[in-house]
Amino acid sequence: MAQKVTISPVTRVEGHGKVTIHLNDDGEVVQSRLHIVEFRGFERFIQGRPYWEAPVLVQRLCGICPVSHHLAAAKAMDVIVGAGTGDGLTPTAEKIRRLMHYGQMFQSHALHFFHLASPDLLFGIDAPSEKRNVIALAKSKEYRELAVQGVMMRKFGQEIIRATAGKKIHGNGAIPGGVNKSLTPEERDRFLNGSEPLRADKMIAWAEEAIDLFLDYYGKHTDLLDTFSRFPSNHLSLVGKDGALDLYHGRLRAIDADGKKILNDIDYQEYLDYIGEEVRSWSYMKFPFLTELGKEKGWYRVGPLARLNTCDFIPTPKAQKAFEHYRARTNGKPNDRCMHTHWARLIETLFSAECMKELLEDEDITGGELMAGGKKQPEGVGLLEAPRGTLFHHYRVNANDQIEMANLIVSTTHNNQPMNDAVEQVARRQMTGQQTITEPMMNAVEVAIRAYDPCLSCATHAIGRMPLEVSLYDSKHRLIERKIR
Amino acid sequence: MANSNNLSFSIDGVTCLAREGSTILDAARKNGVFIPTLCNLEGIPPKGACRVCSVKVNGKLLTACTTRIAQGMEVENDTPGLNNLRKAIVEMLFVEGNHLCPSCEKSGDCELQALAYRYTMTVPRYPYFYPKRAVDASHPKIVKDHNRCILCKRCVRAVKDEKGRSIFVFLNRGFETKIYIDPELAGKLTDELARKAVEVCPVGAIMPRGEGFKTPIGKRKYDKAPIGSDL
Repeated sequence: MAQKVTISPVTRVEGHGKVTIHLNDDGEVVQSRLHIVEFRGFERFIQGRPYWEAPVLVQRLCGICPVSHHLAAAKAMDVIVGAGTGDGLTPTAEKIRRLMHYGQMFQSHALHFFHLASPDLLFGIDAPSEKRNVIALAKSKEYRELAVQGVMMRKFGQEIIRATAGKKIHGNGAIPGGVNKSLTPEERDRFLNGSEPLRADKMIAWAEEAIDLFLDYYGKHTDLLDTFSRFPSNHLSLVGKDGALDLYHGRLRAIDADGKKILNDIDYQEYLDYIGEEVRSWSYMKFPFLTELGKEKGWYRVGPLARLNTCDFIPTPKAQKAFEHYRARTNGKPNDRCMHTHWARLIETLFSAECMKELLEDEDITGGELMAGGKKQPEGVGLLEAPRGTLFHHYRVNANDQIEMANLIVSTTHNNQPMNDAVEQVARRQMTGQQTITEPMMNAVEVAIRAYDPCLSCATHAIGRMPLEVSLYDSKHRLIERKIR
Repeated sequence: MANSNNLSFSIDGVTCLAREGSTILDAARKNGVFIPTLCNLEGIPPKGACRVCSVKVNGKLLTACTTRIAQGMEVENDTPGLNNLRKAIVEMLFVEGNHLCPSCEKSGDCELQALAYRYTMTVPRYPYFYPKRAVDASHPKIVKDHNRCILCKRCVRAVKDEKGRSIFVFLNRGFETKIYIDPELAGKLTDELARKAVEVCPVGAIMPRGEGFKTPIGKRKYDKAPIGSDL
């Protein structure tokens, strides 16, 4: 009997989405889709606003990583006020922004690994649903310390954001052409030598421990992590001029599944020459692609997995060592194993911790020159690597300083096609030929989506008993049974 | 003796002294008592436009900024009823315009927002109007955001050219009223006067061109203590 399986909403991701899976009379998956069912409209309602409002306004897209939008918009506005494309800021402004960004990267990655993903790994994909959350982690004797560690890592990152942006969520530190504050020596010292555990050294140690935890799990579940939702794809990210992993600024690079460079050393001000966006009728989320390869073959992944595929090295010692181990696992070839995204994310967490320490020890961070400027431009593009992948902000302003066009391509949008493919693959693997669709089967689909850490609308998500509705239809789309969890 | 405190009156039962000719608002301030204001601005004649300074005298509502103290006057000020009324006025101002504090560069320095915090406004009791209003960025020195204007007339009363003519005026009537720069005097808005216009605006309706959010969070006027804490 043909069935339509609906998973709505997809849980432990940021925002709301749903999955539909159609099975034919023989129980084979004939179509699966990840639908993004909400619409935000920021690109439209920012029109007419003065350009200097953009970094503060557009960050309201998200409560998890608003700093990404704040900084991407500020970078675009740097271009508009004539402060250059990533090279025109004062050393203090550039480093304060980087510190803000790495603080965010650290807290967001910690949130994803400890709060959202680790319950699946530690308790198992088929564990009872009421157990698969961070509260259960905190309640268990075995993982209590780990849960606390996750919470404290987030706190450290959030405190860094507060010190640089003014508030933990939705601050206003980055302004067109610079920043509005530097750190006081007292603020800086607190992060380096303050009370335990909220010190930069401790964060580096904990990030290393998190990688060990993952590797321990990997050793015991090698087959699952190597094969679950694995498929080849192109990868895209910013990389530093020298090929280094750089999450704040760089040039666009894209590689194919074999590691061959499709794009390299591209100035992102010209992204429109290289990236197109396709609209499909069943989702509010667009499907970006590399124009050179076309809609069919040009889709790509972004995020931790993609970044560690595109970069040549990591410029901090501990993360570089972890990176070498990671790269060796795939013999230096691009990693296409979806579940290895967690590994890549933890290496980036370590990298972020090392970057924070390095920046905190830099004298410029307490410097005085905050602003730069130059000849005004009518248009600007700001890109950075957000926790979930490459984030594009593009604005055009009129002669009266009002925004007349905004185009935002958020990280999750780039991963639209890969997430849809991941859903399809897992659905085939889990559901083909099954008489009944069980909750663990549906969670497996969610696990594949969750690996991308999607920010479907950029909203926080409640922990606990998520509503989940599964409907069974016959081949004439008549509803046979509906189960609501 | 000239300029002596020669009138006796009371605020909320506490006996105070005031100079003859003082308004209730001035007299209260001199006696360390806070009465909220929005349209009032020290140094320019009071207007009584916003009604936020309403107090009760002999059971009658009066604006403290325009009413002069009389000998033996008994003023009610910090009472639950009056504070609720003031909160309601603040709420009305919020629903009448489009006040989006999260992205407003006046946030933290805004008197309307500060009063809303002081009177613990959460959600207004009235439905939002969502009026369709525009941003006017045609002047080279300032940006007017009519969404945020509360029509207090401070700019009209305070920003004048060398002949004493108001550079800002009211245009239209009723709900369509908006602040407008007199086209004949637009050129008179010097850098100094433009700065003054921004300063006298209690909300974010008049903002300087090309800058915003220069004051970090924590250093803004009302970040540390609520409005009126100096009294």
